[in-house]
Order: sequence, then C-alpha cells, then structure tokens
Amino acid sequence: MYGKKVKLRAVFILSIFVSLILVSFLIIKSLEENVVYFKSPTEIKVLPEVTKKKIRVGGMVKKNSININQSGVNFVITDFKNELIVNYKGAIPNLFEEEKGVVAEGFLQDRNYFKAVKILAKHDENYMPPEVAESLKEN
Amino acid sequence: MLNYFKPKNLIQIINRSQKFVFIIFILILILGLVEALILSPEDYKQSDSVRIMYVHVPAAWISLGIFSLISVLSFGIIIFKNKNFSLITKSLAPSGFVFNIIALVTGSIWGKPTWGTWWAWDARITSMLLLAIFYLMFILSWRIAGTEDKAVKLSSYIAIFGVINVPIIKFSVDWWSTLHQPASINLLKETSIHSSMLLPLGIMTAAFALFSLLIFLMKYNTELIKIKNKGLDRL
Repeated sequence: MYGKKVKLRAVFILSIFVSLILVSFLIIKSLEENVVYFKSPTEIKVLPEVTKKKIRVGGMVKKNSININQSGVNFVITDFKNELIVNYKGAIPNLFEEEKGVVAEGFLQDRNYFKAVKILAKHDENYMPPEVAESLKEN
Repeated sequence: MLNYFKPKNLIQIINRSQKFVFIIFILILILGLVEALILSPEDYKQSDSVRIMYVHVPAAWISLGIFSLISVLSFGIIIFKNKNFSLITKSLAPSGFVFNIIALVTGSIWGKPTWGTWWAWDARITSMLLLAIFYLMFILSWRIAGTEDKAVKLSSYIAIFGVINVPIIKFSVDWWSTLHQPASINLLKETSIHSSMLLPLGIMTAAFALFSLLIFLMKYNTELIKIKNKGLDRL
C-alpha cells in the first residue's frame, strides 16, 4: 500500500481543491448579475426601477413585428411571456430575422420601450443543409 | 515491461512512432479538409460561414481535453511525486494552448458574420479566455520558477486550480444567458447537427487530436533527451 506521506498529500491536495471549488462557486454566485449576458423581457418587467445604464435585452424577434421606416428598424423582442418594443438605427447582422434569437444593446426608455444602439443576432444550435431545412418546413 | 520507462527505450519507441503518427495525421487532415471545405453542404442559415465550425469546435474540444488530462496528471504529480507525469504535462501544454488560441480566433472570425460582433464578454467566451490564461500561466511557470522541483509544483497547482474552470466552460451556455449558442452535441439528447456536417466535424477532431499527439511526442522526446544528457538513465 501507499505510505503515510502519500495519503497525507492526497488529503492535503483534495482539501485545497474542494475549498477552491467552494470559493469559486461563491464568487460566481455573487457575480450572477454580471455573468448573465442579457436580460429577458420578463426580467425587464420586474426591474425595481428603469435604469439609465446601458443594458442588453435578449429573446426572440416576434413574428411579423419587424417594421422598417424613417425612424429606423422597429421590432418586438419576446420571451413568449412578455414583450418589449425595440427601436434601432444602424446596420443589422445577416442572421437577424423574425422568430430567431436576438440580443439588443442600448437604453431602456420605459418598461415597454427600448432604444438599441447595437443589435446582435443570436444563433441557435441547429445546423443542416438547405434541402433538409426545406423538407422540415414542408412537414 | 518496466524497461520501457527508461528514457533510452522510450526515445527509441517515440522516434519510430513519430513518422507513423505524422503520416496518419496528414492523411486524416486531407480527408477532413476535403470533407469540410468541399463535400459538406452549406448551412441553411449561415451558408458557407458554417465551415468555420470544423476548425473552431474541434480546437475547443482538444484544448479542453488536454487541460483536463494535464489536471488529472497534476493530481498524480502532487500526490505520488511521479516525475514522468510532470514531463508529460509539460509536453502536453503547448499544443493545448495553441488550440485554445485557435478556438478563440476562429470564434471571433465566425462571430462577426453571424452575430455581428468580433467579441462579446459572455460567459462562454470569457471562461474560454480564462482557460487560455491558465495555459499561459502553466507554461510560464516552468520558466519563472527557480528550480525544477518548484516548477513542477507550481505548474501542477495551476493546473489543479484551472480545472475548476473546465465544467464552467462546458455548462456556461446552460447556466446563464449567453450570446454563444448552446451545445449541439449532447450525450442525452439527439444532436442538432445534420449527419452530413457531423462527419467532417468528427474527422477534423481526429486530425487535431493526432496533431496534438505528434507535438506531444516531439516535446516529450526532447524532455527525455534532456534527462538522458544529464546522465540519469531512470526517471
């Protein structure tokens, strides 16, 4: 069997390791607010106050909600529970589409209206050739 | 059997296997690149930019795998004072680091056309950057520590500390809302990558793994020769 020294070293390194895991867990837990990249419309609804700070909101672009006119691009971000109207002026990424994920960075005007300064398209985890996507649509 | 652990014998075995690994690597790489760049279809949404995935994803997997391996061996180094393990971890680190950087850079190049940004401080990307920093610290620890013994200890502690980050990287996309998409390949669920795209992904992963093995063998060989030149015939 292994000697006493080896066992002691094993206990020592394992206790260091476990305490490090606990410390990292606590740090991450306390930073939760900042680790999250964007908030959902529901989280915006329950905010204690409308912040002046730059924030990010993410969700799905609601079907038939994209409206392009002189004031820029208007669309609705939804998480299928709550919705948020977004106004944006500027270039939009290629993958920005209705019923697809989006992250908008900008300023909250009130609980229903968001002025974005940057739009990011959120990609989903599905990858397939166009023909397969076509046949999926037909079914 | 024990004779194989003598540097002299190991060097001979490695020298013989290096050529073999190199040839297989080149063949698999050519096959993988042809599959990834020519034969595989384009994506229904991203069209051709999906091909970046065939470099990005295998590189990320390999860098995570190598770091995990280094960390497991590091426990062995601390507990059993195994000298051979420390030579192995030292030789594994460079290719893991390079693949980590490749994953970050290709991710950035992929992010611009799809998300609309080069960089985002979301949980997945930030934790992957942290892994690169751990790799860097691991590699640097061999240079800054005064003696060999100190370097072995320091690097092992860095690897053990850094491995906590590995599950965070893996699950960051499930635990928090991130810009990065969730995992497509899951042991418990059906994969959401079409089989025609899964094939090049698998081949490229094999190619990258072989490349890491090749670099590892070269580095390991160098370390063994150093030991042999010191006149020690046993580890």
